[in-house]
Amino acid sequence: MSTSVIGAPIQRIDGSLKVTGAAKYAVDNPFDNVAFGVPVASTVGNARIVNIDTSIAQRMPGVLTIIHHGNTDQLFRPAGQLEQSSRAGEVRPPFEDDKVYYYGQYVALVIANTFEQAQDAASKVKVEYETHPNVVEIADAPPPQGPPRIHYARGKADDAFDSAAVKIDQTYILPVETHNPMEMHGTIAKWEGDKVILYESSQGVVNHQHVLSEMLGIPVDQVQVLSPFIGSGFGGKLFPWPHSLLAAMAARRVNRPVKVVVPRALMFTTVGHRPLTQQRMRIGATQQGKLVSVQHDVLQPTSMVDTYVEQCTGVTTMLYSCENLTANQTLIPMNIGTPTPMRGPGIVPGLYPLESAMDELAIRLNMDPLELRLKNYAEQDESFAPNRPFSSKHLRECYQIGAEKFTWSKRTPQVGSMKQGDEILGWGMATATWHAGRGSATVRVRLHADGTARATCATQDIGTGTYTVFAQVVSEKTGIPIEKIEVVLGDSSLPDGPTSGGSTVTATVLPAVTAATNGAIDRVIAAAQTMPSSPFKRASAGGEPPRLVMTAGRIHAADQPPESGIPFQEVLAHHRLAALEAESRTAPDPATSHQFSAHSFGAQFVEVAWDPGIARLRVNRALTVIDAGRIINHRTGRNQILGAVVMGIGMAMFEETIYDPRNAKPLNNNFADYIVSTNADIPQLDCIFVEYPDLHLNEYGARGIGEIGLAGVASAVTMAVYHATGVRVRKLPVRIEDLLAGDRRMTA
Amino acid sequence: MQVFRYSQARTVEGAIRAGAAAGGAFIAGGTTLVDLMKLNVLEPASVVDINALPLDRVEPLPGGGLRIGAMVRNSDLANHATVRQQYVVLSEALLSGASPQLRNMATTGGNLLQKTRCYYFRDTNYPCNKRKPGSGCAAQDGFNRIHAVLGGSEHCVATHPSDMAVAMMALEATVHTQGPKGERAIALDEFYLVPGNTPDRENVLQPGELITHVTLPALAAGTRSVYLKLRDRQQYEFALASSAVVISVSGGQISRARIALGGVGTKPWRSREAEKALQGQPPSPEVFRSAADAAMAAAKPLQYNAFKIELAKRALLRTLTETTQAA
Repeated sequence: MSTSVIGAPIQRIDGSLKVTGAAKYAVDNPFDNVAFGVPVASTVGNARIVNIDTSIAQRMPGVLTIIHHGNTDQLFRPAGQLEQSSRAGEVRPPFEDDKVYYYGQYVALVIANTFEQAQDAASKVKVEYETHPNVVEIADAPPPQGPPRIHYARGKADDAFDSAAVKIDQTYILPVETHNPMEMHGTIAKWEGDKVILYESSQGVVNHQHVLSEMLGIPVDQVQVLSPFIGSGFGGKLFPWPHSLLAAMAARRVNRPVKVVVPRALMFTTVGHRPLTQQRMRIGATQQGKLVSVQHDVLQPTSMVDTYVEQCTGVTTMLYSCENLTANQTLIPMNIGTPTPMRGPGIVPGLYPLESAMDELAIRLNMDPLELRLKNYAEQDESFAPNRPFSSKHLRECYQIGAEKFTWSKRTPQVGSMKQGDEILGWGMATATWHAGRGSATVRVRLHADGTARATCATQDIGTGTYTVFAQVVSEKTGIPIEKIEVVLGDSSLPDGPTSGGSTVTATVLPAVTAATNGAIDRVIAAAQTMPSSPFKRASAGGEPPRLVMTAGRIHAADQPPESGIPFQEVLAHHRLAALEAESRTAPDPATSHQFSAHSFGAQFVEVAWDPGIARLRVNRALTVIDAGRIINHRTGRNQILGAVVMGIGMAMFEETIYDPRNAKPLNNNFADYIVSTNADIPQLDCIFVEYPDLHLNEYGARGIGEIGLAGVASAVTMAVYHATGVRVRKLPVRIEDLLAGDRRMTA
Repeated sequence: MQVFRYSQARTVEGAIRAGAAAGGAFIAGGTTLVDLMKLNVLEPASVVDINALPLDRVEPLPGGGLRIGAMVRNSDLANHATVRQQYVVLSEALLSGASPQLRNMATTGGNLLQKTRCYYFRDTNYPCNKRKPGSGCAAQDGFNRIHAVLGGSEHCVATHPSDMAVAMMALEATVHTQGPKGERAIALDEFYLVPGNTPDRENVLQPGELITHVTLPALAAGTRSVYLKLRDRQQYEFALASSAVVISVSGGQISRARIALGGVGTKPWRSREAEKALQGQPPSPEVFRSAADAAMAAAKPLQYNAFKIELAKRALLRTLTETTQAA
């Protein structure tokens, strides 16, 4: 029992709460006297507010107050700009001044007794603007000034490119994508004296607590953030957005709890998005396919009010072996809300041009794209000087297993050569990667006299299975069955835990849960050793007490089977103790963390079917092979990867936020017009883990898996599309008109 | 959402009386009306609930054909045995529309009156001649990828979104109404109006006039029909182009063809040009191609939607091929 819990396909321990509706999400919490805040958002992209007329709205039934820049309480900017301890989604507090920087920016908040009253009154607030031209497209922006935001160089990439035998020079464009989790952002703020409690949908309750403290200008111990369940976030809920501050300010103003839910339309403007990137990729290679030069240049819009960097070039510097490499990324402020990390930030958009250019190179060389990747396999991380060894890398095996399972060798490279009825099949593959991070965490584990256990930490479960991972570790260490372990997360008043971002939570909390559990076990053992009638004294003939351990929930001599000992609750009962607990804080060792480069890797294979007669493209199958160390839970782990592949298919074929340059509005700001994958778009998906525990990261050897499943999908899809259709799509998503335009069988 | 009066009609006559009042609107499934009321695009002063009216039956007509009550839900109609067997095009069109939840609510009468998905119609901050006559059309110079290439005018290029109506157009359905001035039967093709100078007038219904039922004529034995919808994704998505074909072949010649296209027109688009090109001809790729060319000959592309012309042709070619192949 004791070791099988780790890795087992255990169901989410919070699953039944969710499917029965018993799980209370942030704005589900009922308060009798709650008031409702409905924002008034700008309908222009660049303007000065000349006047806000609230005279009609203020007199409407149920309206309590209307807050805007003219009557706002003072809010502050987060100190996180100066130190890394806290980070806001947008550093500009709402209502800071009379400027409008993007469409959908909050310009007022109406607070009323009911949602309907607030909504109705919000529609009657008249805002007069002095408008200025919008910039929502790169072409309309002034040329960027100063040095690039990111610059990296090794060797002489320019010279090597000039003299390369084979060259690829292409520009790829990824559109704005909007996170759109099912659960909209929302806050209920409730003041108790000078302390504010925020019921929030947050991927980082500790960060949220710190930012709100800084922006409200109150001590951190006067802010509590609760986020026990999250209807997903995809990165959009990592950092606090203005609605949370508005709820807190409004609740203080009306002296009642205030609920503010971000409407779906404003989910496209005011809570971040993945920014557009325009990425030029220049690759030089020998005739034999050895890379001699890589140059990656990125243009990336950010907002007018904050600086967000989508770190696209990092992956290019480490994925393949190449002596000469430069990378530059330049930011362009625009009249769009502030971008924010979206699943796989930086790496996912950065891989698309790199992997696409590699495929274009393979075609130019008449070489199998998989062979080209093997030829340029990075044995070490060359982005560091001197190069660093990888903590654990088994990408070669991922390629090999994937190719076998997919029957890659049966691929005939000619465009359109693989026919099946009316359809033409296309096969593509791409490399996936994600950096393996680990941070610090504090966890408390408590063993109760009734035989149950409780683990607590101020991290949160964004739906991925964090609750279950905690329970698995406690169960593995103590032998207490999973169902007798309570896990409490999502409360900033608990011991400090990590933000759910960057695929780092599992690697971060495992050592802390382990240490805290061991600490609690040690205390029970110490208590067992002092029991006057301890059965372990009898077990020891020589008078020396035996070394005790805990297995299957029992304390027993290490050299004896568990049945020889006693249930741990008997030890507590003997001492008349309710519980024994321990708290542990663990952090990566700074001395060793720079010795290795820790990344996960994977290989993704996709088959598309193209029916030229009706211009219909579908994904037929997708296989992902992942090297992410040890998988702690095969059920939730597989779910993470397959869910990411679904998102990747959406990224490749559907997702794009479309802005109207006339007023900077995202036109398709709803779930009907912003299209994501439906079940009907998703074929059989498969996922294989090659499990080599990465013991440099933690005792179990687990790396994070939240994002890597998305990393190569779009590249593999567009490669398969080229193979089927002969059309190279360099601007996502792949659209019917792109395929029709490139189709020589046009009837017209 | 504007405050409105709500009443429930128990009889058709009562509904008509209430609906004829200024600012009156009928509500059936509500899948369009409520949505647009929330956006303040539609602001009826009074909403008359017709869900209790006895208009929810599908019945065979004495001389052949089918009578479909206005309140028959899309999912019920799609799965009705006669529809599945004899009016395949209609069942397929219904099942390709919206989502199961919406189809369970949406009604036959309501779906005929479904409003466009034009971005600019749905946002009151934009000019829109359909929503506010004379204010202009933001789609002309906007992102008009989903807009119409057939039947548009400088005042409006919004597509009609219904799949069901496209199939009914090919089935030559008749709309039956009852209003303050009595009952009338209107051929579906004459029920819809092209926008011209009055895009706010989408059909010939008068205030208070209620769709009571739709009739479908009987189809000759051996008639085949199909609906094909092409779109960005495979479910819950409006058509970029769709094709409804109802066709009979006898003695090696196309004896009767009815063709309608969706996603490309400002109304469900019956193509008599394509029908003419097919009539009396042997089914062949060349004939089909000439029909497809004829169907789209009058198309006027906008900046972003020229591909719809080719896409509609391909939809038509595929559906003609499928329905004329030996079974």
